[in-house]
Amino acid sequence: MLDQLLHQVGLPILYILCIVLPLVIAVAMFVYWERKVIGWMHVRMGPNKIGPLGLLQAFADVVKLLLKEVILPTKANRALYYLAPLLALIPALAAWAVIPFSAKMVLSNANAGLLYLLAMTSLGVYGIILAGWASNSRYALLGAMRSAAQVISYELAMGLCLVCVLVLAGSLNLTDIVNAQAGGKGIFSWFMWPLLPALVIYFISGVAETNRSPFDMAEGESEIVAGFHVEYSGSAFALFFLAEYANMILVSFLAPILFMGGWLSPFPESWGLIGQGGFPWLFAKAFAFAFLFLWFRATFPRYRYDQIMRLGWKVFIPIAIVWVLVAGCMKYYGIAGV
Amino acid sequence: MIDPNLFQLVCFYAFGAVAVLSALAVISLRNSVHAVLALVLTFFSTACIWMLAEAEFLAIALIVVYVGAVMVLFLFVVMMLDIDQEKIREGFVKFLPVGVVVAVVMLVEMLALIGVRAMHAQTLGANPAGDSNTAWLGKALYTQYLLPFEIAALILTVGVIAAVALTLRERRGVKRQQPSEQVAINPRDRVRLVKMAAERPDDAEPAALPAQEAKP
Repeated sequence: MLDQLLHQVGLPILYILCIVLPLVIAVAMFVYWERKVIGWMHVRMGPNKIGPLGLLQAFADVVKLLLKEVILPTKANRALYYLAPLLALIPALAAWAVIPFSAKMVLSNANAGLLYLLAMTSLGVYGIILAGWASNSRYALLGAMRSAAQVISYELAMGLCLVCVLVLAGSLNLTDIVNAQAGGKGIFSWFMWPLLPALVIYFISGVAETNRSPFDMAEGESEIVAGFHVEYSGSAFALFFLAEYANMILVSFLAPILFMGGWLSPFPESWGLIGQGGFPWLFAKAFAFAFLFLWFRATFPRYRYDQIMRLGWKVFIPIAIVWVLVAGCMKYYGIAGV
Repeated sequence: MIDPNLFQLVCFYAFGAVAVLSALAVISLRNSVHAVLALVLTFFSTACIWMLAEAEFLAIALIVVYVGAVMVLFLFVVMMLDIDQEKIREGFVKFLPVGVVVAVVMLVEMLALIGVRAMHAQTLGANPAGDSNTAWLGKALYTQYLLPFEIAALILTVGVIAAVALTLRERRGVKRQQPSEQVAINPRDRVRLVKMAAERPDDAEPAALPAQEAKP
């Protein structure tokens, strides 16, 4: 009985903590890194007062948020108002269950891993919609509407890009997808070469899905103050913040896993230590993609609503549909894929 | 020791109970947004039950399609509408007998169908060659059931086109942007960049001040 409890309850909980705790710390450091990078790009210093090089800034912010009062707006729907941040955070954390960090390091090696990811990312929008509706505020409702329309539109393009990947890999299992990119040609076996348009569309849709700049109309400060979470304060706001950044890091991990060989090394195996695959490679690739999020934010002005819809429906979805056909042909004629 | 089969049975009844209760909540809750959320919970617990039956593809597809897309649109619409709850509930008692009759007939039909199927039940073969459930489903859909599958896809496409055609209207007097024209523009036609020194040299003449009126 004790043995069974240990193996079926204790160890999984330990593994989950091994993913979630580093993730939360990574979010804190990512916020610090974001402020630093954007500071440099604006020719400013960024945070530099708290701790060495300002490293403790993010933790000071966490303490500040947790000590603040959570205010319930008048006539807000109490239950849904408090439920919404949780509904945003739970899918953002649950999606990490199927991410393979290296050949053996994966919490759940589910067969339908890719579908599970799609399901979890599509659930996240409930937190946003309910937050907007339950706070009984015009701005919040407008933000929720914009966000919902945007997330649904870009999910289609994203889904079609995932279809390209699974056509070439022939599997929905994320570990199998990475292994399918381990062909003898090293870096040229990665799916990013035959599926380059799909990678670009996938990553831009990922930016749109996480409501990040330049697609951050849902919280467009100049128009609707902060969108769906305008009424939230303290720890409830912190949960939304955590969910948004956890999703950003998730997209940054998925892009290399699906298109750039995950934990595989770009160098041939004969090169010794740097030729070996392993989680450091995945982390390095994910870091590069996470940096792109910050770069975009510092570079591009915000899209307008109709421009976002045009880009999603009239540009990305047609290209992605055509590329599904192209991927099918490449697989059929043995040009790419397993 | 916890028996896995017993645990599965307990889970099945728990998910089933949640599904039934939330389905009841859909029709009994006063707030329509709450009702939509109860419907989401119903779909979710149904997906959990399918997952228990190892139909993982169907379960996740249910979540992606219904919970992730259809219900979001539903919630969207319900949130925007200002529904008068009392007016909708006016005929509740009047239509109750009809509703009960329909429900009972449906229940009887379903039980009869289950009875017929149970008599001809064949136990499913073991999973061939360790294929995943999803691969199995895909092979069946694209070989044995290809024609019905394609016809279903065609019908759905026709439905989408019909819906668009019904709501599409040409509005006059609307200023539209042509993205292709905007992209094709040459920046030099719009902006002229002029090179000039950022600072005035020290020995230069001070800039002419605006002519001041002579004070009396």
